[in-house]
Amino acid sequence: MPRQTPFYSRTSALCESQSWQEWAGFLSANTYELEHNHEYYAIRTAAALLDISPLYKYHIYGRDAFKLVNRVVTRDVGKCAVGQVIYTPWCDDAGKIIDDGTLSRLEENFFRLTAADPTYHWLRDNAVGLDVQIEDVTEGLGALALQGPTSRDILAQLADVELSQLKFFRLTRANLGGIPVTISRTGYTGDLGYEIWVEPPHAEALWDRLMEVGQAYRLRAVGNIALDMARIEAGLLLINVDFISAKHTMFEIQKSTPYELGLGWTVHLDKPYFVGQAALRAEKAAGPVWATVGLEVNLESLEAVYREFGMPLTLPGHSWNEAVPIYAAGRQIGKATSGTWSSVLKKYVALARLKPQYAKPGTRVQMEVTVEAHRRVAEATVVGLPFFEPERKKA
Amino acid sequence: MAQKYDAIIIGGGHNGLTCAAYLAKAGRRVLVLEQRHILGGAAVTEEVYPGFKFTVFSYVVSLLRPEVIRELNLAKHGLHLMPLETAFVPMENGNHLALYPDPASNREAIRRHSARDADVYPEFSQMMYDMAFAVKPILGMVPPDPTAPGLDGLRTLLDMVKHAGSLDSKRFYYLTKLMTMSASDFLDEWFETDVLKAVTAINGIIGTYLGPRSPGTAYVLLHHYMGELDGAFTAWGFQKGGTGAVSQAIASAARSFGAEIRCNARVAQVMVKNGQAVGVALESGEEIYSPVVVSGCDPNVTFLKLLGEEYLPDDLAQAMRNFKFRGSSGKVNLALDGLPTFTAMPDPSLLQGMMEICPSMDFVERAYDDAKYGCFSRRPYLDVTIPTAVDPTMAPPGKHVMSIFVQYAPYQLAEGTWEEKREAFGDAVVNTLAEFAPNIKDLILHRQVLSPWDMEQMIGLTEGNIFHGELTLDQLFFLRPAPGWANYRTPVKGYWQCGSGTHPGGGITAGPGRLAALEILKDGKR
Repeated sequence: MPRQTPFYSRTSALCESQSWQEWAGFLSANTYELEHNHEYYAIRTAAALLDISPLYKYHIYGRDAFKLVNRVVTRDVGKCAVGQVIYTPWCDDAGKIIDDGTLSRLEENFFRLTAADPTYHWLRDNAVGLDVQIEDVTEGLGALALQGPTSRDILAQLADVELSQLKFFRLTRANLGGIPVTISRTGYTGDLGYEIWVEPPHAEALWDRLMEVGQAYRLRAVGNIALDMARIEAGLLLINVDFISAKHTMFEIQKSTPYELGLGWTVHLDKPYFVGQAALRAEKAAGPVWATVGLEVNLESLEAVYREFGMPLTLPGHSWNEAVPIYAAGRQIGKATSGTWSSVLKKYVALARLKPQYAKPGTRVQMEVTVEAHRRVAEATVVGLPFFEPERKKA
Repeated sequence: MAQKYDAIIIGGGHNGLTCAAYLAKAGRRVLVLEQRHILGGAAVTEEVYPGFKFTVFSYVVSLLRPEVIRELNLAKHGLHLMPLETAFVPMENGNHLALYPDPASNREAIRRHSARDADVYPEFSQMMYDMAFAVKPILGMVPPDPTAPGLDGLRTLLDMVKHAGSLDSKRFYYLTKLMTMSASDFLDEWFETDVLKAVTAINGIIGTYLGPRSPGTAYVLLHHYMGELDGAFTAWGFQKGGTGAVSQAIASAARSFGAEIRCNARVAQVMVKNGQAVGVALESGEEIYSPVVVSGCDPNVTFLKLLGEEYLPDDLAQAMRNFKFRGSSGKVNLALDGLPTFTAMPDPSLLQGMMEICPSMDFVERAYDDAKYGCFSRRPYLDVTIPTAVDPTMAPPGKHVMSIFVQYAPYQLAEGTWEEKREAFGDAVVNTLAEFAPNIKDLILHRQVLSPWDMEQMIGLTEGNIFHGELTLDQLFFLRPAPGWANYRTPVKGYWQCGSGTHPGGGITAGPGRLAALEILKDGKR
């Protein structure tokens, strides 16, 4: 039986659908209502509250804390100021991606790292000879994501800090209606949003305060199905879906590098040694063998496929996470790893990994689709990521 | 004479703007002229009371054509549709009926009233869905004249036969029944729960001067299911920022293709020379020339006001005299201090959907009885929505706007004028609502009451008909707005129609605007 997060008493009371999944050993709601639709729209039109406590969380502190994190992650932590958060992957010696997460610099030598997988041993192994403490605070820290256009207005009702001063990917300690928290302007939806970090004894009170104040701003609890649609719109990758951790496989075909995943911007080759540096330098020089792109499926073409079977155009009701082949001129050139009908964009979009010569925006490719288990292809166009990026995200 | 424009569109309603966008996309130099200070016609959002944005007239998006969303890339220009999925019907005995988007919840909700109805409901939905699938392609067709179809018309007719052919005999017979029966009789064949039949029948009477027991009202039930076919596009829903934001999105698309749009520019007359339209004369006296003039106004305005009977052949003049407008609905918009409490509502999340005041079939038919003899309904049918329940940006935090579509409110009153009766009508609406949501009166910060007469005065809808003419079978497809004149043309060369008075009719579909533009472009190529 999976464990319960510090918010479970609240999430379980709201979870009408009884649809749960296991996330890092915890119970996590897929949807609260039977249908995910209202939850999806809450993210884009009002505000969504998500229990993200299952994230693995580590506190790293001590004299050499900076040295350790800068050695592990691919980004230059020297450029991360106190009060700043950075998104970064980390790799093995071969430059293959192990995991990704956010790194918060709480103090000069005090960091908080989030991860999808257990990371304590990896950090400890890399800390050999360093004066640093690594503490697994996964259970010691509850976390909520408050995302959506009205999220700032809700927080502003409770916070003792000026939220307009809190820029994108910055954090602040704050008091929310009497509850001590850390607020970071981060999230997994590509929208205006925040993540709130709280000690478990305060968790339920925090949830209640947010829900109470949030009512006037149409805040609602949101589960994983709606979140997955939003993160695809935002062009954000999901581990074990869009890529596999190098720690979970020995097969090269299942591994990938930051360059192949469109995360080249997170690799700072010029900083001092970090794990995977040499391999990544070589890869950059040679050119990566895969490129990650966005695809827009041509609806007229998909409609024609369905028409062949006498059926109306049928679009996925929510995101899909099983890879499908992508072709050009009859040859397979890659795969789409997840996709969704975007109701906000009125487009059918997918994240795909293609051979680099096909990665230029505007390139026409074909995506495999099946109608009643009959294989066909629909035309698709390569586009840049993210698909959806409202001004409010960083404003 | 050097001409600056290839086409002038009269009326910046959503169809006029759609037509402009398609023409501009094809490279035409287009000018849109709107009489009011604001674009959108009946699809406008206005801050009638400080801080509260009202969808003054039309309040939901219905059957907005997916091809228009795609071809004009409306999402990029601000189209943001949100689902409107549940219906809540309070009953006079304190009970209620709720309808949900997911079959399981729906089944249980109906089972509270009748196990038999709960069992047959999925079969009914499937039947309606199948018929809608067969009929829906008509929405995207230029109506052929069956008496003189021409080559394009024959192709269209063949297409129709092919689609109708996808129905088996049983479904085809049902389709004929649907075209001829009353909504009430049709539903009696399926269900025993009165309140379920009442709320389903409502779809058939909105915008018509008919009751649920009037023959011919069953067909419009299909529109609801046509919307479901386009479910992924949220063909039926709320627009963020109100329906005015749909108009703004289409206008933004039109401008991106180079169309020019002018507000506060009221057209007095279409100028005709040698049987050919040559431009428009504004009320200001300004004259603007163009070989193509398109009217997005209703048929009465298009043919009689902007043109004049002297240009109409007998058949069209006669058809225009007989065309049924006879607006039958009103609108009440409320600014609220908080959310209302419906005594019978089991779950406040239903406030995000439609609240339907139609507790029984008799209630609706009685509301029609009043109207038949020229009175507004003393206890009218109300279609209530609270846009702020899903879109908090339309009112200050914690405050709400309520849109109430009211039927019946006949344009022609037997006694008195709408100016005299308007507030009494508003009282009847609020009193009826208060029977089911008693705290409503304490919450009202502002009330806007609109009769059909007001709609005619404010946005030029003849007799206040929200659909530019009734959506009844005798005024649909090749009969809309008149037999022989359903292909967006007029007796004057270069003068075209693109409003809801043409196929596929009223509601925010953008269908007429698109089809008219495609015809204009096709003509230009010949």
